[in-house]
Amino acid sequence: MSMLGAATRRDTEVQSYPLIVFILVPLLALGLQSFVSLHFPRFDILDLPLLVTIYFAISRRNPMVGTVTGAVIGIAQDALTRQPLGIFGICKSIIGYLAASLGVRIDTENHGTRALLTLAFVFLHSGMYWVLVRRLLAQPYQWSWLHESIRAVINTVVAVILFALLDRVKRREY
Amino acid sequence: MESFFSRYKNALVLILVLLAQVIGVAVQVRRPLPREHAQPDAGGVRLIRYWAISLVSPPERLVHWLGTSILGVWDNYLDLIHVRQQNKDLEAELRRLRIEQGGIAEDARQGQRLQQLLAFKEKYVYQTMPAQIIGTSGTEQSRILSIDKGAKDGIVVDMPVITPDGIVGRIREVFPHTSQVLEITDPTSGAGVILSTTRIRGILRGNALGQPQVVRVMPDDRIKEGEPVVTSGGDQIFPRGLAVGVVDRVVVDPEHDPLVDVLIRPAANLSQLEEVLIITNMGDQVTPKQKLDMIQSEAAANAEQLKASEVLAERLPTRIDPDAPKTDDENSDDSADAEGEGIARPMRPPSALHPDRFTPNTTPTAESLMPGARLAPQSEGVLPTAAKPHVKAPSNDSDDTTQTADDVPKKKTPELVPDDGSRPPAAMTTRPAVSTATGAGTPRPSTAAGGTASASRPVANGEDTPTGTAVHATRPPATVTPGTTPTATRSVTNGEGSAAGVPVHAARPSAPVAAGTPAATRSVPNNEASAASTAAHTTSPRTTTSADGGGGNVPAAQPKTKVIVDGPLPSGGKKIAPPAATTPGQHTTNTQSQHAPPTTPVPTTQRPVTASPTQHKGPELVPDDGSKPPPTMAPKTVKPQPQTPAPQPQGNR
Repeated sequence: MSMLGAATRRDTEVQSYPLIVFILVPLLALGLQSFVSLHFPRFDILDLPLLVTIYFAISRRNPMVGTVTGAVIGIAQDALTRQPLGIFGICKSIIGYLAASLGVRIDTENHGTRALLTLAFVFLHSGMYWVLVRRLLAQPYQWSWLHESIRAVINTVVAVILFALLDRVKRREY
Repeated sequence: MESFFSRYKNALVLILVLLAQVIGVAVQVRRPLPREHAQPDAGGVRLIRYWAISLVSPPERLVHWLGTSILGVWDNYLDLIHVRQQNKDLEAELRRLRIEQGGIAEDARQGQRLQQLLAFKEKYVYQTMPAQIIGTSGTEQSRILSIDKGAKDGIVVDMPVITPDGIVGRIREVFPHTSQVLEITDPTSGAGVILSTTRIRGILRGNALGQPQVVRVMPDDRIKEGEPVVTSGGDQIFPRGLAVGVVDRVVVDPEHDPLVDVLIRPAANLSQLEEVLIITNMGDQVTPKQKLDMIQSEAAANAEQLKASEVLAERLPTRIDPDAPKTDDENSDDSADAEGEGIARPMRPPSALHPDRFTPNTTPTAESLMPGARLAPQSEGVLPTAAKPHVKAPSNDSDDTTQTADDVPKKKTPELVPDDGSRPPAAMTTRPAVSTATGAGTPRPSTAAGGTASASRPVANGEDTPTGTAVHATRPPATVTPGTTPTATRSVTNGEGSAAGVPVHAARPSAPVAAGTPAATRSVPNNEASAASTAAHTTSPRTTTSADGGGGNVPAAQPKTKVIVDGPLPSGGKKIAPPAATTPGQHTTNTQSQHAPPTTPVPTTQRPVTASPTQHKGPELVPDDGSKPPPTMAPKTVKPQPQTPAPQPQGNR
């Protein structure tokens, strides 16, 4: 459990990651999301690219980087679907910007804060996706508060574990 | 200005990124081009997708390859339990399916020919390509599968993707080595389907929850859960007749209130797909392998059919061998046998274990019944009493003695003779006309078919039945002798004396006829006049000659006699000349004595009658059903039974 422990004080240092991690983690998230859902259909309730976007945004604490990171991951995710490119890109761009903006102001090393941020961002992502798909593209999309709540909780739980694992690979700079 | 961009650079970057993506989305969702120019994505979008898939697919291929390799080693080299038995079962099933295929192959060909005649182009699945699924979209909102076959393998857009259980979707995007499959559960998919039972057509597409549904269907109570749904072929993508699924339930379309959506349970397990089949060729030409399979299947089916035909031919002979020995079958159609070849012998039902009055061969024979009286007891619910008929004891005087069937030699069970002329017995080539009775106790002049007749029939007596009516009627075979007069007479005596001693001329057509012999006269008592009257009426429903009873035993006037025949009338209804008369002493047809055992004397109702030498007009043959007349009316000679001690003639068909 020590691995999951987070510092209680506000950690103001800038966190950086090796470039290979910055590239491989989003790709791995996309691959796992695509492959695991093939054998475990309910795995698609997870959104690993969203969690990766949130993590890199709040860790880098740079809204511009977070925006671009979210846009790239979102467009890559769009490429695996049948929907136009940009739907997930728009959503994750906004999520990356907000997560990076909040990461500058609040302590994102705390697991509770991470959980609350993740819960809110998952709801926000779903809301933006619903607006884009239902209103902008006029495609059928059924909103269910229960389903979205379960989805947000599951993603939050997985995010806490995933963020703790990714903390092991970050490089601290003082 | 510099401070503005430096201060709001993050927001500006966000706005620029969002704006670029919105424009990109707007470009992608523009109105699609016509079908022949349609591409799922524009060039730039396609390039982005290609890059993304190229980045994601290699790891997926690697992981998939590792997984399949491990599973392959386990399945192919380790887990081989029950493989032999499974192989045997599969081979047996293959043989069975080949036979079934042969049975339907001809129907399919006929259907194709008819469709060609109607200029109807139908697509059939003739070539498929297996593919493995290597990934999905990974989201709930998009039902996309990634397969390991692409343009280099000959895959093109809109090829249908199926499994042996049912359809999966269609190819949406093709890349050099991979392709995207749009599942039928996706909201943007579409397939023409038809409900197999109610024949309701509709469009299949997925709903927001990922369940396929036939959208916007008119409400119909006939749509039930479990009804199969197949492709209709109207979408020009899926061939007709592929399984889609079964009806799950019917819900009202919230956006189109009068219409309903039919939710479908997909036949293919879309959540656990690993391999699919891509239909790469749909046409009207079969492959050589399929031709070979069809030939083999047809050969097997023909062998089975030939075997069944041989078995059927053994049971149903269609030609009659005239040289074949006559059987003891009472239902045998001798006339048909003798008259023509190629006349199919009708099927005979098997003997009943517990015969009743409706069972064939349990009803009295026509020889033992009175003409026309057969229907009367049946209509009155009285069983025919052919087994126990009251017969008049042989007596030359007018003694009112009766004799039951218990006293007479036991006969075979009489047979039911059809009245439609379809299968007349051999001895019933003609039916002697019976004079109509004018009332109870009215003497009935016998019309012995031109004057000469032989009869040995039991006389109906009212005592036999509760109703007092004659319980059996005979349709005695008549041997017509032209130029002779009917001489066989009898007196039906009423028990009340109203008609006692009044002779009734009864036809004795089966009896041997001796021309010129004295007429035999007997008196049959009858307890009730009505019974006698009924008997008289019932025995002459088809009598066309009416003669009053004043004629006495010998008809002074020669009544015009019409003989009703079972069967057609020769020459289109023309009157035919009666056959030649039998010579004196020659036995004529006597079907009743035929049924008697050889050692048993014929019932004493057999009386020798003689034909009057008076020449008169022969009987007029009247068809009763208008069918084809019998070719000949020649009487059949009857061989005398050697064991018969009595001099009564023994007929033989």
